[in-house]
Amino acid sequence: MKQGNRFWAWLVFGVGTTYFVLPLVATFEFSLRKRRGEYSFDAYRSVFGDPNFQATFTYSVVVAVFTILLGVLLVVPTAYWIRLRLPHLRPVVEFITLLPLVIPAIVIVFGYIRMFGSNSALPFLATARGADALLVIGYAVLALPYMYRAVDTGLRTIDVRTLTEAAQILGAGWTIIIARIILPNVLIAVLSGAFLSFAIVIGEFTMASLLNRPAFGPYLQNIGANSAYEPSALALISFAITWGCMSLIQILSRFAPRSANRPN
Amino acid sequence: MAEPFLSIQQVQKAFGATTVVQDFNLDVEPGEFVSFLGPSGCGKTTVLRMVAGFEEPSAGKILVAGKDITRLKPNQRNVGMVFQAYALFPNLTVAQNIGFGLKVAGMPKADADRRVAEMLDLIKLPQMGDRYPYQLSGGQQQRIALARAIAPKPKLLLLDEPLSALDAKVRVSLREEIRSIQKKLGITTVFVTHDQEEALSISDRIAVMYGGKAEQVGTPFEIYNRPATKFVANFVGTLNVLEGTVTDAASGKVRVNSQEVSLQGKLNGSKSGDTLSLALRPEAISLGRHPGRDSSLSGEITEVHFLGSVIRVRVGIGGSTVSLDTFNSPASPPPAVGEKAEISFSSGDMLVLH
Repeated sequence: MKQGNRFWAWLVFGVGTTYFVLPLVATFEFSLRKRRGEYSFDAYRSVFGDPNFQATFTYSVVVAVFTILLGVLLVVPTAYWIRLRLPHLRPVVEFITLLPLVIPAIVIVFGYIRMFGSNSALPFLATARGADALLVIGYAVLALPYMYRAVDTGLRTIDVRTLTEAAQILGAGWTIIIARIILPNVLIAVLSGAFLSFAIVIGEFTMASLLNRPAFGPYLQNIGANSAYEPSALALISFAITWGCMSLIQILSRFAPRSANRPN
Repeated sequence: MAEPFLSIQQVQKAFGATTVVQDFNLDVEPGEFVSFLGPSGCGKTTVLRMVAGFEEPSAGKILVAGKDITRLKPNQRNVGMVFQAYALFPNLTVAQNIGFGLKVAGMPKADADRRVAEMLDLIKLPQMGDRYPYQLSGGQQQRIALARAIAPKPKLLLLDEPLSALDAKVRVSLREEIRSIQKKLGITTVFVTHDQEEALSISDRIAVMYGGKAEQVGTPFEIYNRPATKFVANFVGTLNVLEGTVTDAASGKVRVNSQEVSLQGKLNGSKSGDTLSLALRPEAISLGRHPGRDSSLSGEITEVHFLGSVIRVRVGIGGSTVSLDTFNSPASPPPAVGEKAEISFSSGDMLVLH
């Protein structure tokens, strides 16, 4: 009976792994066929050598960093305050943070274009920097469900109220409490949210394209439309970046300061 | 009496329609150790949190050293506090935890380090500075929390049930340590507990609270031996309560289960025919007649519990049961259940509860 169970478990695992890995292997194999009659990394060489790749990738990384900063500044104090003083508002805030999963990015970005066009009261789109800022804001909204949930889960593992009161009675104000006590104790949760945000931003197409920003997502689409082997190489590169981010979450969590709440 | 250092004046606190503290008054002298003792929900922690600044009183005033602190924020009060759940900052080492208040106050690093070392010596954990809270036992964590609270030299120390999360043995040793440190530093301290033994053993005075009010404020001796209300008598210590009827108010005669005892001078205006609740502490009762004990009641032994050095005996007297402790003596066997027994006591030890 036990052996039978093990067989089915391995079978399901094998089917799942094949379903997941096979397309990757096929894509990888195809990406190596640029040179006729032999396998080569020409497609990768061509991608990495393309100045547009470097420019768009750098642009997206910079936007991702700003998105993470904005997300942390927005979400950490909000989630903290909701836990500390406004727990009755938690369902409302959770609902709001889930909206980006329900409302398509294209709807959000058209809303932005109407709201913040060159003739509006807040003409973000009148300048390139303004459009960059709007893109960062849009990405922070898209990443909100992941960032909020990650931070809220982190806050759940510490006694927010008592730690806050202990810091207050020792003379600390809100900035010190958040920066020196709360944030370091939810750092892993914040990092998880940050890497998820990074993974979302790095390949995002809709917002960047409609706001006409030179991001990595539109570059991927452009290459895909005009070349044969490079898109496969880029797909694998994007995949590696995303998985790299996920692995970093795991690795960093091992180096995190251990706490009374998480002794091992 | 010296000028009170902490003065809580007619303080009230309501959460919505529920009043949890009503008309609370207390003056605490400089260097005094006062305990708030009471059951859960009596308002003791709420009063402490109002002194700390975590709750704002609905009415009344709180003064420290003559200065009104009622509306000040917690970080402006210069008050130290130790919490039930330790509340050490998990991301900081022991030394960083103790030095947190000093750093916030802007103390130069060399001075802060010196003060942290002093505190570690005071709590007898000089080698623990580099450890993290999770590497310490509960008792050690609470000592660190105490050191952290007193490191910035606060005017007032507040202890919110600091021993309740610890095991019995550590609790006793730590409470003695807290008291000794408090005496050494001469810091005015308010201690909240629901444990009467804790309150009786370390306090200069105790405020027994019930229903948001201070039922009685007095020294442990007064609280235990001269409880002002029925609640205090019942809550503090073990008490045997007997119902009695005044048969002759002039001579102080009271009938208890068809037997008469004399309580002259203790009836406080009761009339003949009035029903009274009479109370006796177990240690005021002896099994059998003893010289110097002027009153006695007869009954039957219903339970005997051998506890080693002490034997706890329960004697049924009419419809009531009286509990008393006798010392174990190897020369004489313990009394048996079902035996007829007489208990004796001094009428002066009997409390008339109002």
